[in-house]
Amino acid sequence: MPFQSILFEGGDDADDTGPPDHFADLHLDRIQAELTQGRERYRLEPFFQTPLHEVGAVRYRHEVLRDLEDDAVRAAITRFAKAMDTIRERLAFAAKLHHPLQRRAWFLEAAITYCAAVPELAAGLQPKSQGLSGLRDYVAEYAAAEPFSTLAGEAAAVKAALAGVRYAILIQGSRVTVSHYQDEPDYGAEVIAAFDKFKQGAVTSYLAKLPEFAEIDHVEGQVLDRVAKLHPSEFDALHAFAETHEPFVDPVIARFDREVQFYLAYRELMERIPLPFCYPRVSARSKEIAATGTFDLALATRVPDVVTNDLHLAGPERMFVVTGPNNGGKTTFARTFGQLHHLAGLGLPVPGRDARLFLPDRIYTHFEREEELATLRGKFEDELVRVHDILEHATARSVIVMNESFSSTSLHDALFVGSEVLRRILDLDALGVYVTFVDELASLSEATVSMVSQIEPDNPAERTFKVVRKPADGLAYAWAIAEKHGLTYERLRERIAA
Amino acid sequence: MKVFLLHADRDFEVAPELRDDVFEALHNPNRFALLNVKRNRTEAEPDAITRDLELETLWNAMAAGDEFVYETVKRATLSSLADADAIVYRQQVLADCLEHPQAVADLYALALEALEASRKVGGFWHNDRPDTILYRAVQILTLHVDVLQRVRALADEHAAGFRSPGFTRFFAMLQEELSDDYLATIEDHLRELEFKHGLLESAALAPGNRGTGYVVRRQRERRWTERLPFADKPPSHSFTIPPRDEGGFRALEELRGRGLNHVANAVAQSADHVSSFFSMLRLELAFYLGCVNLHARLEPTCFPEPVDGALSAEELYDPGLALHLETPPVGNDLAADGRELIIVTGANQGGKSTLLRALGVAQLMLQSGMFVAARSFRAGIATGVFTHYKREEDASLRAGKLDEELQRMSEIADQIRPGALLLCNESFAATNEREGSEIARQVVRAMLDRDIRVVFVTHMYDLARSFDGTALYLRADRDRSFRLREAEPLRTSYGADAYRRVFEGREVA
Repeated sequence: MPFQSILFEGGDDADDTGPPDHFADLHLDRIQAELTQGRERYRLEPFFQTPLHEVGAVRYRHEVLRDLEDDAVRAAITRFAKAMDTIRERLAFAAKLHHPLQRRAWFLEAAITYCAAVPELAAGLQPKSQGLSGLRDYVAEYAAAEPFSTLAGEAAAVKAALAGVRYAILIQGSRVTVSHYQDEPDYGAEVIAAFDKFKQGAVTSYLAKLPEFAEIDHVEGQVLDRVAKLHPSEFDALHAFAETHEPFVDPVIARFDREVQFYLAYRELMERIPLPFCYPRVSARSKEIAATGTFDLALATRVPDVVTNDLHLAGPERMFVVTGPNNGGKTTFARTFGQLHHLAGLGLPVPGRDARLFLPDRIYTHFEREEELATLRGKFEDELVRVHDILEHATARSVIVMNESFSSTSLHDALFVGSEVLRRILDLDALGVYVTFVDELASLSEATVSMVSQIEPDNPAERTFKVVRKPADGLAYAWAIAEKHGLTYERLRERIAA
Repeated sequence: MKVFLLHADRDFEVAPELRDDVFEALHNPNRFALLNVKRNRTEAEPDAITRDLELETLWNAMAAGDEFVYETVKRATLSSLADADAIVYRQQVLADCLEHPQAVADLYALALEALEASRKVGGFWHNDRPDTILYRAVQILTLHVDVLQRVRALADEHAAGFRSPGFTRFFAMLQEELSDDYLATIEDHLRELEFKHGLLESAALAPGNRGTGYVVRRQRERRWTERLPFADKPPSHSFTIPPRDEGGFRALEELRGRGLNHVANAVAQSADHVSSFFSMLRLELAFYLGCVNLHARLEPTCFPEPVDGALSAEELYDPGLALHLETPPVGNDLAADGRELIIVTGANQGGKSTLLRALGVAQLMLQSGMFVAARSFRAGIATGVFTHYKREEDASLRAGKLDEELQRMSEIADQIRPGALLLCNESFAATNEREGSEIARQVVRAMLDRDIRVVFVTHMYDLARSFDGTALYLRADRDRSFRLREAEPLRTSYGADAYRRVFEGREVA
């Protein structure tokens, strides 16, 4: 099968129906915002919102990403992306121009950039992945054949001719005379040399800003018309080129240019975060999931040193039940779990040193919300309705993340409803996290795993939080004041030496 | 052309935190710049050292009502020089100034006149066209050249009487850089730059067929054969902008600008350079004028000696207090060469805080190249002066007070480096003595370990005694002499005396 897409082996299209329901709860919208920032022109959102469901499709992307770890491969693609940006800018600019001699000249510049970028892309890639190998072969073949070779030859010839043109302008009052340049001496250099001693150490530049890309005005236009009259053959060739070669960008190459940004954007995000990522082993069957040193990716984009967590489910275990002090990282843990599965489903590396994850059919979330005025039901009842809805649709292949559900009611009710809901989830055999203030839920069955949020004792100032596997206990912590300010003898010595 | 009267090899340099918009305004040739900046900002709380050492009193005396001098001396005193040569360089320039106050005042007035002249022509604006920039730059330079000639005349008259390397270099530089020949060449170019016979530019085509690489060319004289009516002229095509085409004339001006851009830039930068020379001259002289003002109000004073590890003085007094009282101050003698820790104890109102302030201010004045308020003074050069004073106004917030003190000490720890001077005034007295002295002990030990000199005023007997063998002890006694003696701490507190005096109206013998 010929190469079609670097994201979808079979050439499928991404789902363009908008973000899924769990998106905001898991702060995937924030991650998406980080990813797409500065790349708005590529419209990467649908790719970030279309999880894969087959292990083979995930492998196709992992392979490409491993190729992209090679600096040379990435550099080649980045150069190509820059060239494509330039081509788009130049064509868009050409379309806006009034003077025909300028319009044609910018069209020529766009074509020249394209003719350099295409062979360079094929030459710069030495991929191992099926995806990039397919692309490389496609591009190499395209660059060696017509109509590409004629386009490249003509563009270079026309450009060289125009670059050789020189002329002179004499301005006397309102009269402008254009003629051939005849080696008159440089008076500007003479003045600059004379004043050189006087302007030493100058920092402010008084060079007026005269933008390179601006359209020429009607006076410059009249000058240009007269320059063309003085150099007819150069300008005739330009005209012929523009007539014959529009349009010139190949659609498969254009699609690659957009789709590859999905990988590059994620890689850049990973590089900004000083914590490890890994390629997860994914399975559509085994629910023995695990991750070490994992973290909330959305949080890590804002906070420099987030605490990492380890988690695993073995044998019959299906649900993490998280309890512990408030502000202790429970919600962050729940989000982390959900994000892990979404990211794994996108065929991307996930936060952590090592991970084994499940490819779910869907992710469901229930996060506590501010009461909505539009609903006439009370908050508790409203929550029940939403949870019921989730349980109607979820399957044994779903991931369910419940955060502080039913916290608006009494402990007694919360224990009762929580137990019931949790049992139903366990009956489904779905995977998930259940964050609650009810300690008893943590030991409901052999399928639940108790996790407790801890406050970091060595670093009280930072709100970075650890969640560990242990029985629910509800302890809190306090610390000494001088220690807090780093003013003990030992600490102070260290600080001043540093 | 560089002034270099504050540093031998560079312009006035201040501590990074003082490179603010005011500092920028001090360099602005426009005398209203400082006013504008100060009007548009709410004055920040003075920082700890300003408040603790009462430096504003000192600066006000130096400024004698001149805001510009105030901001200059403030920045100079808070930006310590780090080596002895730099200090001596300023001391020598200052000695010249104290000897020739009138010549220095005249030089200052000339700088102001030049700056005022260029302010009236007007500055360059961001979106000015090269034509306009060139026109104004020519005007400004013409005015500046006139003042420069008078500055040089003043130099010629006084150069022999100035002895400091700073002034010697300054005057020699003027004579070397501003020769009559050079100024004449500049004036010739200023005339030619009017382009009375039209402006000739050459150009090439950039990508997009826009003209590029514009260069101003000297027009060649046409040979007589070329002027004949039927001569073989090179091909050319002309057009004329119609009289009412305003857009066309703007475009034409821009076209001229493309060639003139670099020329206008060079000339405007020259005008700038000369303006900035006058600005620097005003700025650097402002510091010395401030010193001359202060010198007239203090007696005795001396030029201090920077000596590694030293800390000794005769009749050291707090200049701030002297300026307030307008009476001869009480001076203290001190012999603490080689001592890293000085602990000051004793009676309230006994002169402890005054001594601490006198020491801090003297250290700053030493390191800004000034004279100091003492009969004699020598001290090592500190990598920084830090103050940690108890804050009276927080008394109502008992619980948060220790936390606040620790927070401030922690901020000091972030900045302080080996070789610094730390002045503590009743630090950590916000909690009970046992806790307070334990915290203080840890802090002081760590500081001493890191070669930081500490002067600690305290009532905490337990703290003071824990440095037996290390500390030099000074004590304020009840004799109201305000003089401190070398003496060990006493366990009795003089606070009781003060209490009786205030509450029971009893004078204590």
